[in-house]
Amino acid sequence: MTTRLDKRFARLKAEARAGFITFITAGDPDFDTTLAILKGLPGAGADVIELGMPFTDPMADGPAIQASTQRALRSGASMMKTLELVRRFRTGDSDTPIVLMGYYNPIYHMGVDLFLSRAVEAGVDGLIVVDLPPEEDDELCEPAMRAGLNFIRLATPTTDDRRLPAVLANTSGFVYYVSINGITGSASPEARNVAAAVARIKRHTSLPVAVGFGIRTPEQAAEIARNADGAVVGSAIVDAIAAELDAQGRVKSGAAERVLAFVRQLADGVHGARATAAE
Amino acid sequence: MSASQANSLRNGPDERGRFGIFGGRFVAETLMPLVLDLDKAYTAAKNDPAFQAQIDFMQRNYVGRPSPLYLAERLTEKFGGAKIYMKRDELNHTGSHKINNCLGQILLAMRMGKTRIIAETGAGQHGVATATVCARFGLPCVVYMGTTDIERQKPNVFRMKLLGAEVVPVTSGTGTLKDAMNEALRDWVTNVDNTYYLIGTVAGPHPYPAMVRDFQSVIGNETKSQMQEREGRLPDSLVACIGGGSNAMGLFHPFLDDPSVKIYGVEAAGKGIETGEHCASLKGGSAGVLHGNRTYLLQDDDGQIKDGHSISAGLDYPGIGPEHAWLHETGRAEYVSATDKEALEAFQLCSRLEGIIPALEPSHALAFVSKLAPTLPKNHLLVMNMCGRGDKDVFAVADHLGVTL
Repeated sequence: MTTRLDKRFARLKAEARAGFITFITAGDPDFDTTLAILKGLPGAGADVIELGMPFTDPMADGPAIQASTQRALRSGASMMKTLELVRRFRTGDSDTPIVLMGYYNPIYHMGVDLFLSRAVEAGVDGLIVVDLPPEEDDELCEPAMRAGLNFIRLATPTTDDRRLPAVLANTSGFVYYVSINGITGSASPEARNVAAAVARIKRHTSLPVAVGFGIRTPEQAAEIARNADGAVVGSAIVDAIAAELDAQGRVKSGAAERVLAFVRQLADGVHGARATAAE
Repeated sequence: MSASQANSLRNGPDERGRFGIFGGRFVAETLMPLVLDLDKAYTAAKNDPAFQAQIDFMQRNYVGRPSPLYLAERLTEKFGGAKIYMKRDELNHTGSHKINNCLGQILLAMRMGKTRIIAETGAGQHGVATATVCARFGLPCVVYMGTTDIERQKPNVFRMKLLGAEVVPVTSGTGTLKDAMNEALRDWVTNVDNTYYLIGTVAGPHPYPAMVRDFQSVIGNETKSQMQEREGRLPDSLVACIGGGSNAMGLFHPFLDDPSVKIYGVEAAGKGIETGEHCASLKGGSAGVLHGNRTYLLQDDDGQIKDGHSISAGLDYPGIGPEHAWLHETGRAEYVSATDKEALEAFQLCSRLEGIIPALEPSHALAFVSKLAPTLPKNHLLVMNMCGRGDKDVFAVADHLGVTL
């Protein structure tokens, strides 16, 4: 089955450019602002959208995404509202893939089958669930694949060649290479190490490899895009959203437009990367 | 394997780290290779007599084991029923059962060539025990502790610092044990090469729940032989308090295959389970996945983790060890609860009648004993785990009683 993600990466390959993958947290700082940003992301150059499902205990996330999760939960975010955001986005965009990213408990609590049917119905394309390694594939990965969703796995610097085949076995859509040992939004990766790691993963799979964690500027995004099929930016965009709150925590007017302008700069970095390299 | 072994309740977990549906390894990919390494290293150590001998030596000469099995005559008389024995793990070096586990894990960490130790702590007992073994074996130690807990457990914070540990305040969430555990996991994921995460309870990804249980089982094993010596038979019931549940698992596990032994775990009911302000994951929670394992959790309708409340920082955790969740579902153990108020009363009663100032954690166990014992005959042998001493709690208790020190 060809999914929206497959089609998107096939097109990127045909156009000989890397994909720009953006992360924002659903409901940060509120439902309406997320929806406005979400709707504007494709126009600002996002090729794939990761939408964070807020969770009280984001163990793999750094301060920026922890804070965004807290903002979202305070403004009433929930799994149902996250799915509603996807549904509303889909009414105006049927091409841009949306991947839900988060932790297992809220999904488990809703019930895996119910969650999957709701996600498919809303127009979700893939899932990244941080605390489900391949050892726990029967929990969600296998049912998700049967439901027609891509299950995107994280590979990390600790995933050695012995382990890599198991990590890649049930991965589809793309592989998300976590470029550093650490939490989101922390240290930035060395381009040299990233290139070697992407090459190593590509020896084991024909799937596109996107790289994330620690990419904050258009220059860094461009650097990654020269070495991978996609660059993921999360914390930097989430920080830009945080900067749109006034001292009372209210959203400033024009917030979505300014966040999208920053996204556009990052997108230009990614999309111009190979052109610059070829000069 | 003989038929009796095949039916044993002590065989868990399975190779996936599951006790029934509970347990498992729900961790980020970065940590998965580390967790697998740990499992391998622990399995090898467990089967190495030299490793066991090293632990035994240190338990005798450093910790002060075996801890006494003490007949609490005045409490027995007061309650007028079962004969009440206390397993005196509060007499251990550092004042609680936590050292049993820390000793085992630090020896394992050194076997694995790790050079830096991290830990989470709630009441500070595990932090102190970790800082202690780190001082003894010369390894740097970082302890994550919620800011709320730092405030209510000041003496333990200072103890850790005296022992040379770095105490890192955790402000995320409500600044309690679960947040400290999140922060420790974030440290581990960042420092994968040299760092050993010394988890303090029977929770976390496999093999932690089984490994911590094994290191704590010295409590139950000693109790078994001491009771045999004293009374010539098995005890009739066991009572222990439960936060994550390590002291309880340590007492219970050696008795799981003795069906005549009734087993009671006492959760913290805080201000009352009906108020919603409690830490009773089994009585007031539902199945979920947090901190690497599936177990019972306090959570809302959306699967968001709720903050618990207990007068005792050591019980203030929204989950419970997965083996307890399994013992609860299978009915092998019965889980009950005691409120803040009941624990405070038991705390004072024990101090006055036995000359033992208990920690607030085992005060919950004693609060349940005060209800259970009167209903039982005088020849009923009851063992409660006195898993910690109350020195750390005197300031907090004074505060609750309206006394200015």
